[in-house]
Amino acid sequence: MAAAILDTQAVFDAFPDEPALKALAELATAAKFDRDELTITVARENIIAACEAVKKAGYNFFEDVTAVDWYPSEPRFQISYSILSFSLKRRMRLVVRLMSEEASLDSITSVWPAANFYEREVFDLFGVHFNGHPNLRRIMMPEDWKGHPLRKDYPVEGYR
Amino acid sequence: MSSIAAPDQINPGIDDVIADAKRHQHGNDPVSDQTMVINMGPQHPSTHGVLRLVLEIDGETVVSLAPDIGYLHTGIEKTCEAKFYQQVVPLTDRIDYLSPMTNNTAYALAVEKLLELEIPEKAQWLRVLFNELMRLNSHLVWLGTHAMDIGALTVFLYCFREREQLLRIFEAVSGQRMMTSYIRIGGVSLEPPLGLYDSIRAFLLDFPSKIDEYESLLQNNPIWINRLKGIGYISPEDAIALGVTGPPLRAAGIDFDLRRDMPYSSYEKFQFNVPVSNDSDVWARYVLRMQEMRESVKICLQALDGMPEGRIVADAPKIILPDREQMKTQMESLIHHFKIVTEGFAVPAGEATSSVEAAHGMMNYYVVSDGTSKPYRVHMRNADFANLQALETMCRGRLLADVVAVIGSIDIVLGAIDR
Repeated sequence: MAAAILDTQAVFDAFPDEPALKALAELATAAKFDRDELTITVARENIIAACEAVKKAGYNFFEDVTAVDWYPSEPRFQISYSILSFSLKRRMRLVVRLMSEEASLDSITSVWPAANFYEREVFDLFGVHFNGHPNLRRIMMPEDWKGHPLRKDYPVEGYR
Repeated sequence: MSSIAAPDQINPGIDDVIADAKRHQHGNDPVSDQTMVINMGPQHPSTHGVLRLVLEIDGETVVSLAPDIGYLHTGIEKTCEAKFYQQVVPLTDRIDYLSPMTNNTAYALAVEKLLELEIPEKAQWLRVLFNELMRLNSHLVWLGTHAMDIGALTVFLYCFREREQLLRIFEAVSGQRMMTSYIRIGGVSLEPPLGLYDSIRAFLLDFPSKIDEYESLLQNNPIWINRLKGIGYISPEDAIALGVTGPPLRAAGIDFDLRRDMPYSSYEKFQFNVPVSNDSDVWARYVLRMQEMRESVKICLQALDGMPEGRIVADAPKIILPDREQMKTQMESLIHHFKIVTEGFAVPAGEATSSVEAAHGMMNYYVVSDGTSKPYRVHMRNADFANLQALETMCRGRLLADVVAVIGSIDIVLGAIDR
């Protein structure tokens, strides 16, 4: 297993030919290569542009999007997109970090319709809004459910 | 909690489909030319579990379809965050209960990636062997229930006859028929008992003739052919855009199989073909899965023939429970056992995605560690969830009865959809 490269500049230097890095050279705010996985962080307003860029670069298959709640530290939410390339036989991870008071970002359903259910799931379980989503409703919990169960400050047991 | 909401507020906008359709409806005239909304499931026999479909139909033609999921809500991802890493393995069995060992493998691969753990060759081969047996198990249940949906009950009984043999094999190796938890972080849990390889081989040598038997029951049956051919079409572009994986993707002409293209667990050492079809209808998916079963038999036989010698778990005393015998004689082992059971083991901080080709398609586990002995976040991506999104594309404009055939062809396990 290759050693981890955590410095952004070092990642760009180590893989000069990686299509995703080439495509995101302008947009990436951070990058790391850890445990053979490439992770690129972009700003929240650039997510659609970033998805379109990696799609053009050959990462054609959207696998899933999920969130990690780093409560109580800020930025609180980490939205991780997993994107696969059929031709390169590789996957990459796009990451957006969100502050807790502005937990919303643009929906990428215009780039990959497959994101529809996954964004609804993140919305339901984390309370992160996706602007421009065609049908942003709860998908797992009942419509009238209070709170978002996968947040770290949501109680595991007992009454709220 | 406020007072109980009025009935119309309990489920505001239960579905856009209902709202849309009501706008079109003129009164409740059942014979008008307007569309009607019906609910299919969660108790409908073809919705395999607790899937509810909100269908808008015009006569018998499907105008739109919206899946409503979330009846199980196991809260499994939240539960994982409260368990030690090794305690999550039995939970992963419950996700896709028709291929529990595939789930175990996917989860174990992600954690092993975080731990940077080397897995001995024998454990890898055992994983391949049992992953393929799980594919047979899952495809047998698919074939049986799919055929039963269409009305061919005999095939269902035959498939469960063969599945019973598989369940006995799983029971012999793990002590459990369904929730096996056989694959562990760092390897597999037990050495297969004496004579098990022989009984697996006997089953595998016999099984292709059973596949012939199913095919002779179905392949020339005009009802079966008419109900399957040309139904549930999805274009390759739509399939990729909607995140479809597994047999429905390969039936749409896309030649992608993780076992061959991004191998894990030493799959690169096995010879097998990846069946692909261009028809992209229910029939193509049926034929493709039948071919996949034959390929799985080939892989299993190769695994039995070339099964390496050696350990079945990695050499990592602080992560893997010691042998019972060692525990009785060595103080160190006793201490390790006590510490692993009571405190778990710390996993270096970081995030890892593992991806395996399950019977239904691509299965990913995304594990985030904060450096403690409990996972900070576990996310499961199962093929069924994305394949379900494609259901509307496959069914729109077709007849209501075709929906039954299409649901069978995408092979849904509701446990894998809910979180």
